[in-house]
Amino acid sequence: MSRASSLLRWMIPLAVVPVLALLAYGFRTDPREIPSPLVGKPASLFTLTAFDGTPVALASLRGRVVVVNFWASWCYPACYEEAPSLERAWKAYKDRGLVMVGVNYQDKDEPARRFLSQFGHSFPNAPDQGSRVSVDYGVYGVPETYFIDRKGRVRFKQVGPVSDQLLKEQIERLLAEAA
Amino acid sequence: MTPELGYAATVAALVLAVYGSGAAALSAVKGRPDLRRSSERAAVGVWLLVMTCMALLIYAFLTFDFSVRYVAANTNLGTPFYYRITAVWGALEGSIILWAFMLSIYTLIVVARYRRTQPQLYPWVLAVMLGISAFFLLVMTIPAPPFERLSPVPADGRGLNPLLEDSGMITHPVALYLGFTGFTVPFAFAMAALIIGRIGDEWITITRRWTIVAWYFLSLGLLIGGWWSYHVLGWGGYWAWDPVENAAFMPWLTGTAFLHSVMIQERRRMLKLWNLTLIILTFSLTLFGTFLTRSGIIGSVHAFSQGSVGQFFLAFLALVGLGAFSLLAWRVERLGAQGELDSIVSRESAFLLNNLFLVAAAFTVFFGTVFPLLAEAITGTKVSVGAPFFNLVNIPIFLALLFLMGVGPLIAWRRASAENLRRNFLTPVGIGVVAAAACRLLGIGNAVVLLCLGLVAFVAATIGLDFARAARARRRTGDGWLDATWGLALRQNRRYGGFVVHLGILVLAVGVAGSQAWSTQTEVTLNRGEATEVAGYTIRFEGLAGVEESNHAKVVGTFAVSDKHGPYTVLTPAKKFYPQEQTPIAAVDYRLGVLEDLYLVLGEFARDGSHATIKVQVNRMVSWLWMGGFVLTLGAALAILPEPRRKPAVARAGQPATA
Repeated sequence: MSRASSLLRWMIPLAVVPVLALLAYGFRTDPREIPSPLVGKPASLFTLTAFDGTPVALASLRGRVVVVNFWASWCYPACYEEAPSLERAWKAYKDRGLVMVGVNYQDKDEPARRFLSQFGHSFPNAPDQGSRVSVDYGVYGVPETYFIDRKGRVRFKQVGPVSDQLLKEQIERLLAEAA
Repeated sequence: MTPELGYAATVAALVLAVYGSGAAALSAVKGRPDLRRSSERAAVGVWLLVMTCMALLIYAFLTFDFSVRYVAANTNLGTPFYYRITAVWGALEGSIILWAFMLSIYTLIVVARYRRTQPQLYPWVLAVMLGISAFFLLVMTIPAPPFERLSPVPADGRGLNPLLEDSGMITHPVALYLGFTGFTVPFAFAMAALIIGRIGDEWITITRRWTIVAWYFLSLGLLIGGWWSYHVLGWGGYWAWDPVENAAFMPWLTGTAFLHSVMIQERRRMLKLWNLTLIILTFSLTLFGTFLTRSGIIGSVHAFSQGSVGQFFLAFLALVGLGAFSLLAWRVERLGAQGELDSIVSRESAFLLNNLFLVAAAFTVFFGTVFPLLAEAITGTKVSVGAPFFNLVNIPIFLALLFLMGVGPLIAWRRASAENLRRNFLTPVGIGVVAAAACRLLGIGNAVVLLCLGLVAFVAATIGLDFARAARARRRTGDGWLDATWGLALRQNRRYGGFVVHLGILVLAVGVAGSQAWSTQTEVTLNRGEATEVAGYTIRFEGLAGVEESNHAKVVGTFAVSDKHGPYTVLTPAKKFYPQEQTPIAAVDYRLGVLEDLYLVLGEFARDGSHATIKVQVNRMVSWLWMGGFVLTLGAALAILPEPRRKPAVARAGQPATA
């Protein structure tokens, strides 16, 4: 066998490399990360009645930074994982004018209340009767969290659980902006 | 306690597999039988421990042990008993156990069968197989531990994915994984042959039946998958070119190519390099399939797991691909062909073409599946590749394969004479043309369907002709018709098993062509008591009823169906509401028929039952898929039977019919 062809034969295993490289590249992308068309658009307004009976109206919150979180008691484990972070963020930022609203998605009353008391949520949470609000926001699956700026525009949408880090980043960014 | 025991068993199995693999390799290098025996004991140990893991996980499911995260995620208190067992492989972690378990069984069979008969190859085969087991056990230990604890322990679990609550999903993964893991055996023998440098036909002769077994289960898995898709998902189709389906289809294509090309090597000592390449590709593609479905790098309608499993699989894929092909490159000078192609018009070239088309099909499926990734890497935009692409490129390939299926088994080896061609193909070609013309006269206008039906008739005629000739020859020796045909099928079971598989493919082809060309669907809203007419059926909406099941509630519609002969059937499609699912799940109801299925899906409805919308599909010829699948598996089973010993099998199996 000549030297050229003895070198050439190592092309056989090397041919695998580009395929592997392409697949490795795949880890850097997320096929389900489809940009929400709502980002940059005005958040749709809603009025809900919280579990404790108080009204929650988005229209009255113009000029404040709002976090709307969609959750359900059956959404296990993601909603359970993010719940403590939400409460921590609410406690940390409520004095700086943050508003946080939990929207309970396609749930039953009793397990939903149990969920709230389990995590001791102190921010307003309201059931979404007939899923009207969820439809307006294009909720695909819970949990989803929307960050709305002082001008009432959706600025960021998180699909899946939120972390302390993510809440901090997004809320700080929006709080820093002028009305 | 269960999680700790399970985790301990996993780690112990991993240690044993790594040790066994190393010991087997060392025993081969140093020629130490004591190490070999030790590695065999390790293989038995791995099997026992993996079986323990399976048993513990099943136990955890049966006892609702929600302290195990996997149990909590895939079952709840309402999940019926049998689905609690099959929920074991309802998601990633359990599937990996199932995989490791099957692999450990295959390893044991290899130990039992080849310990004495293959002293040179066998230690390396064991080393490779235990090495692969070690990988799966590593996945079970680090990125996808099935026994991971959950704290705090929830009162109830999330529940199994409702779409998996079906008999098809009980059997589909088992068959598919038996197929996937089955290809490990020929792969391990190929690697062993490369390592010791004995790259003759030995490894192929030894693993021939293994390959058919793997192919049989993979085919079965694909068919059950199609059946599940058809009768559970409610879209009326059986194949969507979804990445997950493609992932299982690619190794089937290359495995089919391998199954055919080894015959050339056995007979003509050609294609050695090619056969090794095919088995490496097939085995790599089984890993690639799991990588694709579990890494989450490509979007699919199927539920995907995330996490670091993908990285592990990619690393292993790299190891297998680079390692195996490097071995191949190292041994390349020993892989020269001893025979050569004498003529284009010969069985060799028919088989070569068959291989080229099968591999081309596998490549197009691969290309279409990873194209979104490629496009995003190069242009940064998200694209998706749908059924139209796959159909466009694959239909011509499959039609060509159909044609070759008629040519390959009957054309002469080396160089076909004009006499051979006339004798074998004149009548079948005539029958094919007449069949296509008859279908045209019956009003079938679609050119692709006509071509497909003509080819089917042609291939069926070649098979019939060959079988009739052989049976007649046997009858001259004094056997009765029944004895003659049975005797033929059993004595040359590999050849006639292959023919039966081909017949199954023909029936499947008719099913695919017919269902694509002639199925119809409409959507209607009916008031209670109102009837509609669709394709000769009168469907009357009788009313709605609510039913509480153990883990879900459902609304069932009742529809009385009559055809021109009077009352035909009552169908009860439903919508199921699972607390853990955001959208209700349609439960299709259908009535299967030889020529057409009536298929009803319940859509929107009024809560008071005053009206309901239904999708009515009349799916034609779909049953031919299941019938063809049944024939195909019968043929594969026939080919798996041990060959009778009287004469060397190779010579007979390759015998041209004209001899």
